[in-house]
Amino acid sequence: MSDITGNGKFLVGIYDDDDVVLKAVKEVKNAGVRIHEVYTPFPIHGLDIALGHPRSRLGIAAFMFGLSGTITALLLTAYTESFDWPMIVGGKDSYSPIIYVPVIFELTVLFSALGMVGTFLVSNNLGPTVKPLMYDLRTTDNKFAMAIDLDKNNLVENDIEQILRNSGAAEVNVKQF
Amino acid sequence: MSHVTSAVRTPLVTGGKTYADVTEDISRQVEGRPTREWTIAFTISVVVLIYGTACVFWTWWEGLGVWGLNKTVGWAWDITNFVWWVGIGHAGTLISAILLLFRQKWRTAVNRSAEAMTIFAVLCAASFILMHMGRPWLAYWALPLPNTLGSLWVNFKSPLVWDVFAISTYFTVSLVFWYMGLLPDLATIRDRARSKVSRYIYGAFSLGWNGSAKTWARYEYLSLILAGLSTPLVLSVHTIVSMDFATSVIPGWHTTIFPPYFVAGAIFSGFAMVQNLMLIIRVVFKLEDYITIEHVESMNKIITLTGSIVGVAYLTEFFIAWYSGVEFESYAFINRATGPYWWAYAAMMTCNVVSPQLFWSRAIRRSIVWTFTISVVVNIGMWFERFVIIVTSLHRDYLPSSWAMFHPTLFDISDYIFSFGFFFTLFLLFAKFLPVVNMAEVKAIIKSSSEKLPVSVSGVAKGERVANPTFNKDVD
Repeated sequence: MSDITGNGKFLVGIYDDDDVVLKAVKEVKNAGVRIHEVYTPFPIHGLDIALGHPRSRLGIAAFMFGLSGTITALLLTAYTESFDWPMIVGGKDSYSPIIYVPVIFELTVLFSALGMVGTFLVSNNLGPTVKPLMYDLRTTDNKFAMAIDLDKNNLVENDIEQILRNSGAAEVNVKQF
Repeated sequence: MSHVTSAVRTPLVTGGKTYADVTEDISRQVEGRPTREWTIAFTISVVVLIYGTACVFWTWWEGLGVWGLNKTVGWAWDITNFVWWVGIGHAGTLISAILLLFRQKWRTAVNRSAEAMTIFAVLCAASFILMHMGRPWLAYWALPLPNTLGSLWVNFKSPLVWDVFAISTYFTVSLVFWYMGLLPDLATIRDRARSKVSRYIYGAFSLGWNGSAKTWARYEYLSLILAGLSTPLVLSVHTIVSMDFATSVIPGWHTTIFPPYFVAGAIFSGFAMVQNLMLIIRVVFKLEDYITIEHVESMNKIITLTGSIVGVAYLTEFFIAWYSGVEFESYAFINRATGPYWWAYAAMMTCNVVSPQLFWSRAIRRSIVWTFTISVVVNIGMWFERFVIIVTSLHRDYLPSSWAMFHPTLFDISDYIFSFGFFFTLFLLFAKFLPVVNMAEVKAIIKSSSEKLPVSVSGVAKGERVANPTFNKDVD
């Protein structure tokens, strides 16, 4: 994660429950605290909206990659079957697009799936050599962590800690990267 | 967030599990030493694999003449085994894709293993394609390569070429879908790992997953679109496999009903195989609270549905053979049921049409022993289905002087045994080194679908591990 600026000092509120953390996001935001990110062991519906993350555009990527697969298959079949080495098989025209539908479909799905997964990995900075910044190791088990970047907030540390506790945080820890 | 579920719904997770319990119960077998049962099973699989590999190499070295094929029956066990394994490979993606679109929550406990099964089954199927080529070093001729590399361009009008595209796309997309689903769980194992080696390996494979809200939102979006893409894909694969037969002019193969009938049959046998594997896994890994009788029953319902579709298809084929008035077609079907291969046809009808109907009884549907037995029977029946379609349609050629029978040789049998060694070796490696149940997805449904909600689902579990002792200062 490259978006760490300043001295990388974070307050990390640890929550025990997914419903509590979802409510807490709204409360903490209303109290005027800027939330860096929330880390959870499983997806919580509505959390990204509560945090104000923009809607994912992966669908557009999937469509574009799928389209490129369709075009590749159309060009491949047209070039090989009717241009480079025209052949009549089964009495059909050398170019008969209907009969290429299976190949066109499969390449559309293949390009779309691989392209979208590649986009997902790149946009989330995921890769075999990536060292994740873990605000709390238990967030992949049973805890929910809300990270507050102290450099990006004007409130003092103690006030933020109080706001986190009031919102239902079971623990508030300091994490320095 | 509203976690509202009707009180009449039966729970999908029993035993009042907390989030930490889920992690603990499912990670345990990944982290511990292999159990004795696992070691024994793995040793047997590897021995079978070594024997099978030797036989496959002998098949290639000596040529396909070691099989029992003859001039009339030019396709027999090789393609039977191929279609059988591809069929089995349909359940995983059906569970993870179609059931995701239908919002079936019970899918969460079984999708990981079912998808692993899919991937390994497709690999087994592909091995028969390589085997029946006879010259596997020229397998790349099936790819669209220009003349200087292969012979001509591949014939894009041939269903066999469609198959190359369908199977390889299906394998790739299933693998990617499965691996993306594994990322959060691999990160869980990474963060729990005590040894440096496993932290490094699981760390590399988890690709630096940190579970941020943004990643999760995109992940859910990704899963949804992949499911949307995989749904027509899974239907297309067996459709195209069926076209290998349906676009030919052989009586008994030239049947327009093949695509839906093959897809239903594939799901039918795939679920039977999932049942067999899950019933063993739940006992060996003590996962009875996650893979409950409810899950077994849901899958049995799908087996009954698809088994009935297959039964209707068999009868329709027969009716159309008579109704069409085509004497070749009529003969092919009468010969199938009453000719020299009547026993294969009878086995197919009993195993596939009669046996799944027993599941109309709730007691049988919810019985482990019955489920396991019927699932084995269904898979035997589905193997016979492909054998019947392939061999009985071929063995009576147009000229009576060309009529022949197929007799399997030791190598037909051994090459089939190879695929079992291959499959179970891979599956046992998966079961030991990867979490067999999707922890993140089970945690996500636990509030709505747990048997009895613990005081706090997120509370401290028995023997909960404390990641960092300094955090422990104010645990509630």
